[in-house]
Amino acid sequence: MTDYIVPSLLLAVSVVSLHKKENTYDRLLTGASQGLKILLSIVPALIVLLTAVSMLRASGAIEAMSKFFQPVFSFVGIPPETAILVLVRPLSGSAALAVGAELMAQHGINSQIGRTAAVMLGSTETTFYTISVYFGAAGIKKTRYTIPAALIADFTGFFMASWTVRWFF
Amino acid sequence: MVMSWIWTGILVISMIFSLVNGSASAVSGAILSGAQAGITLALSMAGTICLWSGVAEVMQGAGLTAVLSRILSPLSERIFPSTRKDPMLAQDLCANICANFLGLGNAATPLGIRAVQRMKSSQDMTVATNEMCRLIVLNTASIQLIPANVAAVRASLGCATPFDILPAVWITSICSAGLGLTAAYILGKVWSHD
Repeated sequence: MTDYIVPSLLLAVSVVSLHKKENTYDRLLTGASQGLKILLSIVPALIVLLTAVSMLRASGAIEAMSKFFQPVFSFVGIPPETAILVLVRPLSGSAALAVGAELMAQHGINSQIGRTAAVMLGSTETTFYTISVYFGAAGIKKTRYTIPAALIADFTGFFMASWTVRWFF
Repeated sequence: MVMSWIWTGILVISMIFSLVNGSASAVSGAILSGAQAGITLALSMAGTICLWSGVAEVMQGAGLTAVLSRILSPLSERIFPSTRKDPMLAQDLCANICANFLGLGNAATPLGIRAVQRMKSSQDMTVATNEMCRLIVLNTASIQLIPANVAAVRASLGCATPFDILPAVWITSICSAGLGLTAAYILGKVWSHD
């Protein structure tokens, strides 16, 4: 089933675009070159952060942290190996991507940990960055309960990512 | 600044653990292999990210954002009652949510900022309203049709079916947005306004 989602979406979008007499191909190329710019903007961070995560892994710190969080994480059903991702995700998007990629490479792309990391990355946002950009630009200083509510959403995401992976795979 | 602290903190933690575990040679090797892994990952993600940005651009040009906004408007009127009186705000809000949904992060941010600015009843208002908080929670919950970055990472690591996580991602995002909004509603009733 899921094999059809992306190809049919591609087809549907292209058909609608042609129907609207848009230059579909030109737009594809424009978008793709913008994608190159986006990529270029995250490459430096990816290199630096993957270095950092690799050092943490090699020193044994990640393993120790997983052990430390084991009781709490296992209790709610989140794989303790993803503890570092859970901590980094709300703070930095590129750091989370680096941590997630390292987890997937380390434990296997189709392992439960690898898949959980992928679903966590795909279903949450860089909460603190979003809050500071939106409220900062709009001149709002008192954010009231935004941070607790957004963090509740994040933790629901981490929790549900672990469980949906168990259900689907 | 936060990232500078995180980076330095990671170095300190790695040093401490390498002393305790005697893993210093592994750590110094990891510095080079990690940097290399960074560029390898970036290069192997490039294709997926570029293609998907292209598709997102086509979606926008084909007016899919406008169609989605129309479908979404009954729901957004419930979550943001003030959009009933302000059609421009309704437009910005829906466009923001739809751009996020289609993975157009760069398009979503300015729309969201404009929506927050429109929600201000006066220019020098500095306290967030309940609707502003709900908008931010919706934005941080990331309801996304195709999480292209994650798919790119999976594909770059040799995954044959990088999109097989989609149903799990959708259910997870809907739950986190739902619970986040519920939390915002409850907190909005009890939290003081200053």
